[in-house]
Amino acid sequence: MPPSFLPDYSDSAPVLSVSALALYLKTWLESNDILQNIWVQGEVSNCKTYPSGHCYFTLKEGEAQLLCVFFKHSRQRSSAPELRDGMAIAVNGRVSFYERDGKLQFYVDCVRPLGAGVLFQRFEQLKARLEAEGLFDAQRKRPLPSSPSTIGIVTSPQAAALRDMLRVLRTRYPLARVILAPALVQGAEAPASIASALDLLNEHGEADVVIVGRGGGSIEELWAFNEEVVARAIARSRIPVISGVGHETDFTIADFVADYRASTPTAAASAAVPDIEVWREDLLEKRQLLANLMSERLADLREQLVYKERELQRVSPRGLIDRRRQQLDDATERLQTLMQHSISLRGERLHGLVRQLHSLSPLLTIARGYAIVRRDADQALVSSVQQVRAGDRLTIQVQDGQIPVEVRP
Amino acid sequence: METLSFEEAFAQLEAAIEALQDGQMPLERALHYYEEGVKLAQYCNELLQKAELTVQQLVAEDDGTLLVQPLDL
Repeated sequence: MPPSFLPDYSDSAPVLSVSALALYLKTWLESNDILQNIWVQGEVSNCKTYPSGHCYFTLKEGEAQLLCVFFKHSRQRSSAPELRDGMAIAVNGRVSFYERDGKLQFYVDCVRPLGAGVLFQRFEQLKARLEAEGLFDAQRKRPLPSSPSTIGIVTSPQAAALRDMLRVLRTRYPLARVILAPALVQGAEAPASIASALDLLNEHGEADVVIVGRGGGSIEELWAFNEEVVARAIARSRIPVISGVGHETDFTIADFVADYRASTPTAAASAAVPDIEVWREDLLEKRQLLANLMSERLADLREQLVYKERELQRVSPRGLIDRRRQQLDDATERLQTLMQHSISLRGERLHGLVRQLHSLSPLLTIARGYAIVRRDADQALVSSVQQVRAGDRLTIQVQDGQIPVEVRP
Repeated sequence: METLSFEEAFAQLEAAIEALQDGQMPLERALHYYEEGVKLAQYCNELLQKAELTVQQLVAEDDGTLLVQPLDL
C-alpha cells in the first residue's frame, strides 16, 4: 500500500517526479522492518576510506553486488576490523535509497569477519603452493640488464598505463626500442592473454627485459595477475620480468614470481632502464678521465725524457773528452812548471860552472904575461924544446893577439 | 663506428680507458687509444642527443610467424 501522503493517481496513469519516486522508494524501503535490521554476507571490494572517516565498499557474492556505506560514527561504535578488498564479511544494518545518486545502499552498523574471503583465500593458497615450489626464491631472481636495448611490454594497448610507461622510457632512455605484446589485462580471458603475450615475446627473443603490468583498479580488475597461468608464464620466461601492477599497496602473485617487483607500471618503466642523464654525466666523466690519463701519460714520458737526457749527458763521450782535455791541460801546466824549474836549476848550475871555468881559464894566465905556443902544423901545444925543429912555424898567443914565428936553426 | 650501438661504443670507450691506464703501453699505441676514446665519447654523445624511442608491436600471424610493426598510439 502506498503511503497516504502520495497524491491519488488511481483514476489516471500516475506521473511522478524523480524526487517523488526517490522519496517513495526511500520511505517504502525504510518502512520494511525486515530490511531495517538485516545481516548480509559477501566479499569486500572497492573499499575506500575517506579522510572524513566514512568508508564505502561493494559487497559481492556470485554475480550480485551491494553498495555499502559505513559511516564514521558507526565504525567507531562497532569494533569492526579494518576492511580490505577480498575480505569475506557479514554486515548488519539497513537498506535505504540514496536519492542524490539514485542508488540503493546498505547502511552498515556493524561488521563481522567471516575468515578469509574467497578471492583472498585463493590468493593465499596459490601463493603458498608456488612458494613451496620455490618459484619465489631469491636465487631464481635474475639481475636486470643495466642498459637494455629492447624492452618488451605486456599490457593493453589502450591502457593509460602503457602511455605512462612510454613517457617514462622516452624521458629516461630514448635509446631503447619498445616491443609491445598486446594483452587483455582484465576479465576472464586476461590470464591466458597475458601468459601468451609473454610467451610470444620469449619466442621472438629480442627483448632484453619485459615489463608485465597494468594500472590501478579493483581487486577483481587486477585479478588476472593472481592467476597461476600468469605466474607460470613469468616463471618460464627466459627474459627477466619486471612486474608493475596497480598501485603501491597492491601485491599480486605476479609480483612474487617476477624477477623484480615495481610498485606501479611507471615505476616498472623506471626500473627497466638507466637514466640517460646519468649516462650523460658518466660520459662526461669518461671523457675527462681519458684526457687526464693522456696528459698524465705525456707528463710522465716528459719527465722520463728529462731524466734520460741527464743520464745521457753523464755517460756522453763529450764529457769524457772534456775531462781528458782538462787532464791534458793539467799535465801540460805541470810539465811547464817542472820544465821551468828544471831550466832555472840548470841555469844556476851553468852559471856556477862558467864562473869556475872562468877562474881556471888560461886567458887569465896570459893576461899576467904568459904566452901559449902552438905548432901550426898540428896545433899541438909546445911546452918543450924537444918538440920543435928549425924551420917549424909556430904561433904565440899573447893577451891581445897572436904572433907568428919561425924557429931559427 | 656508425654501426655501433650506444652500449657497444660505451663499452669500447671503457676498454680504451682501461688500456690507457697501462703505463707500459708504447706512446704511439696510447695515442691511438686516446684518439679512439675521444671519437667514441663524441659518438656516444651524438647518439644521446638524437636518440628517439622506437615503439613497435608484436603481432603473431595465423601461421605462427611473428612480425614486428610500428605502433602508433
